[in-house]
Amino acid sequence: MKGYDKLIFEISKEGRFAYSLPKSDVPEASLENIIPNKLLSDKEIDLPEVSEVDVIRHYTLLSNKNYGVDTGFYPLGSCTMKYNPKINEDMSELGSLSGIHPNQPEETVQGALRLMYELDGMLSEIAGMDKMTLQPAAGAHGELTGLMIIKAYHDKNKDFNRTKIIVPDSAHGTNPATAAVSGFDIVEVKSDKMGAVDIESLKSVLSDEIAGLMLTNPSTLGLFESNIKEIADLVHEAGGLLYYDGANMNAIMGISRPGDMGFDVMHYNLHKTFSTPHGGGGPGSGPVGVKKELIEFLPVPTVEKDEDKYYLDYDKPNTIGKMKSFFGHFDVMIKSYAYILSMGAKGLKEASQKAVLNANYMMNKLKDDYNLPIEQICMHEFVLGGLKDNIHDIATLDVAKRLLDYGYHPPTVYFPLIIDNAIMVEPTETESIETLDGFIDVMIKIANEAKDNPEVLKEAPHNTPVRRIDEVRAARNLILKWEKE
Amino acid sequence: MHRYIPNTEADSKYMLQSMDLESIDDLFSVIPKELIFNRELNFDDAMSEIEIKKHFAEIGGNNKSIDELTCFLGAGAYDHYIPSIIRHLAKRSEFYTAYTPYQPEISQGTLQAIFEYQTMICNLTNMDVSNASVYDGATASVEAALMAVDNTRRNTILVSKTLSPEVRKVIKTYMRFRKINVKEIEMAEGVIDIDELKASIDKDTAALILQNPNFFGIIEEFEEIEKLIHSNKSLLISYVDPISLGLLKTPGELGVDIAVGDGQSLGNSLNYGGAYLGFMAANSKLVRKMPGRIVGQSVDAEGKRAFVLTLQAREQHIRRYKATSNICSNQALNALIASIYMVTMGKRGIKEVALQCAQKSHYAANKIMETGKYKLAFNKPFFKEFVLTGDSDVSDLNKELLKHSILGGYDLGKDYDNMDKSFLVCVTEKRTKKEIDKLSSVLEVL
Repeated sequence: MKGYDKLIFEISKEGRFAYSLPKSDVPEASLENIIPNKLLSDKEIDLPEVSEVDVIRHYTLLSNKNYGVDTGFYPLGSCTMKYNPKINEDMSELGSLSGIHPNQPEETVQGALRLMYELDGMLSEIAGMDKMTLQPAAGAHGELTGLMIIKAYHDKNKDFNRTKIIVPDSAHGTNPATAAVSGFDIVEVKSDKMGAVDIESLKSVLSDEIAGLMLTNPSTLGLFESNIKEIADLVHEAGGLLYYDGANMNAIMGISRPGDMGFDVMHYNLHKTFSTPHGGGGPGSGPVGVKKELIEFLPVPTVEKDEDKYYLDYDKPNTIGKMKSFFGHFDVMIKSYAYILSMGAKGLKEASQKAVLNANYMMNKLKDDYNLPIEQICMHEFVLGGLKDNIHDIATLDVAKRLLDYGYHPPTVYFPLIIDNAIMVEPTETESIETLDGFIDVMIKIANEAKDNPEVLKEAPHNTPVRRIDEVRAARNLILKWEKE
Repeated sequence: MHRYIPNTEADSKYMLQSMDLESIDDLFSVIPKELIFNRELNFDDAMSEIEIKKHFAEIGGNNKSIDELTCFLGAGAYDHYIPSIIRHLAKRSEFYTAYTPYQPEISQGTLQAIFEYQTMICNLTNMDVSNASVYDGATASVEAALMAVDNTRRNTILVSKTLSPEVRKVIKTYMRFRKINVKEIEMAEGVIDIDELKASIDKDTAALILQNPNFFGIIEEFEEIEKLIHSNKSLLISYVDPISLGLLKTPGELGVDIAVGDGQSLGNSLNYGGAYLGFMAANSKLVRKMPGRIVGQSVDAEGKRAFVLTLQAREQHIRRYKATSNICSNQALNALIASIYMVTMGKRGIKEVALQCAQKSHYAANKIMETGKYKLAFNKPFFKEFVLTGDSDVSDLNKELLKHSILGGYDLGKDYDNMDKSFLVCVTEKRTKKEIDKLSSVLEVL
């Protein structure tokens, strides 16, 4: 299907259409009588004219140029590209759930509210937190919500000096961006040789200006921060709060809890840990959990239960406010809820155990051909530092592009920033040993190609729908929409 | 063993042996003992598919959906028709199980779909550039306000009280933390009060956000406002209902600098409030201030047309704390749905939907007024929503309507002083004469 390269506008033909509507059955009023002419558009609406078959074929052919988890292995570090169970999709499409309006009276949405209330409870239990908001639309949105809560907490204590957030140099890019967007200054702390937070470096930046610390544990290097208790105590003693970036929760479900580690606020990524699809870049969902002392600052409304009735609670004088319209990505919540039900306590723990096992197995098999900057047991992901014995100076990007030729989505590359030529691999628990072995074989084969046939890597990919794309040209000569010739 | 986890006990044993380890617990030995969770999560046992379906039947049974109710409720989420083909296409797992298109060679499907989405959003709004979407209409408004603050280097955002209360609340949350002032402009006769607007514009005004049709369904007049705003070198942001653009003057025609709105109306299910998408389109001058993902056209190594995420230097994963926004995801799947909707409805369909909304809502308004018990709160042109005022409590009315399986209008008393007997009715193309007549007759006897 490589051949198809038409835009929908290029197959448009005057007079074609794909929609059907019943004839309006109300007495027709002339338009001018209901809306004054000057308010009406003078322009033709420039949308395509295509038949239903055209639409179906167009998008089907486009989908063939995509690669999803259902297509094959997707070891994309820090993204947890696990299988997206189909029963979850089915449940989210039930008319009784997808067909309810956000402004409906509470008594007509008791099922939806129950689902949200129970999901809140489940997520709190997994994290060791006391209460969640399901409102944030994505992980970064959760971070923003969490930092606003931290700010509101200090403001309530009249602690207005706390204007700084500590972020490790290994953090996700969203961490510093979020801190800046929510009005904080950023203080970076270095990682030590083992990729952990450098305790001395942390001590040196702690002061009464620190509002909090943002941390991912396991870290973005896939390593458990074993000094976390000490870190938490230090930050708390200095009057700061601890924010947990839940991107890597898939390593520790039922095994260890951020709440027990000393974190005060956290977000999940339901589209990572709880199996909801990434959708090609959204929608995600980033619920935020807090400890008791911070519940009063959560966005409104929270979902509460009073005997048998569920209700939305807007009565929170110290709330940070609303973070988005309505209550969050309800359809994503449904999928996570169905996932947790289908996994149960044992299944969730097994998922984390097997995710960690898969990662360690792969790391161990790849370390002879790729640099392993930090050699210790990893959690659910690990970071390689480019090719070993790289005589032809092959870039990590070339390795990634060559993987496309072999039918794999490459790992995350050049992240975290503190590892040169980083290749970050996260297999997840939903992959079999056969799949892992297949990928390992190809990685080793590519390492050999790098020595014997470097050109094939530098020019890769060779058999994808398009070859390497000129990104500089895209940014210099901006073409952001289709225009008639 | 769990059905989603393929490795067997034997596999695990073999894998552990390959690393000279005895048990899976060895892999977690790096976690300090006192941090190991020492009990089981307090959940029920794993459910089979049959059990899950039963469980959801029970949950769904405690909702009343628009399958059972006739929906006259809008106020930010709308019961428009969703063509069947949308589900069939958006449910192709090559789309929905894919990650963000950071590997463009194997993501041309998503990238081209976004490029087409950007094109259609530009064409619908008559603006120059569109991003790939943001979370929803409210956060799109926030991002537009931040663009204006950044662009004008001024620090006050004016919002009309005719802008959705939900959207205003979100704007206020964000701006409070950014220390940006938000000034609300009063309304007069259901539209923005021009005199108060005039008095409020000053050298600190970064932008005005004006909804059109506004929260009450009324079509605002832009001509004078546009002049006022631009002569002050402020930006004009318009929050629009995309369906209305099938008929009404577009943001581009009205001189708007940034058009935003919620794309739910474009083929997305109500979903109890999400996930939807926020669309954003702007003047070409503002393209580098635009947050979120943007797809551009380029060529591949063989000179073939290809699409790729572009202008990434604005974004968090490159610029970290200097990024224009912390937004990391867009609503790709919802934007895909919106695209398929726009393609399917096409040039004629969008117009016809808009026309039917206008016709049917006006029929409904007249029909209900004929009962003599309600009157239009404002005597202004409206599109698909209108405000009625009567003598009864709106919540009582709605309870009664519910008994007749009708989802009544939005209670405006919740958000506006002196409107406790007023409600906002929405009539889309899905409503029939019979349904409208029934609404009217039930309202008549109350």
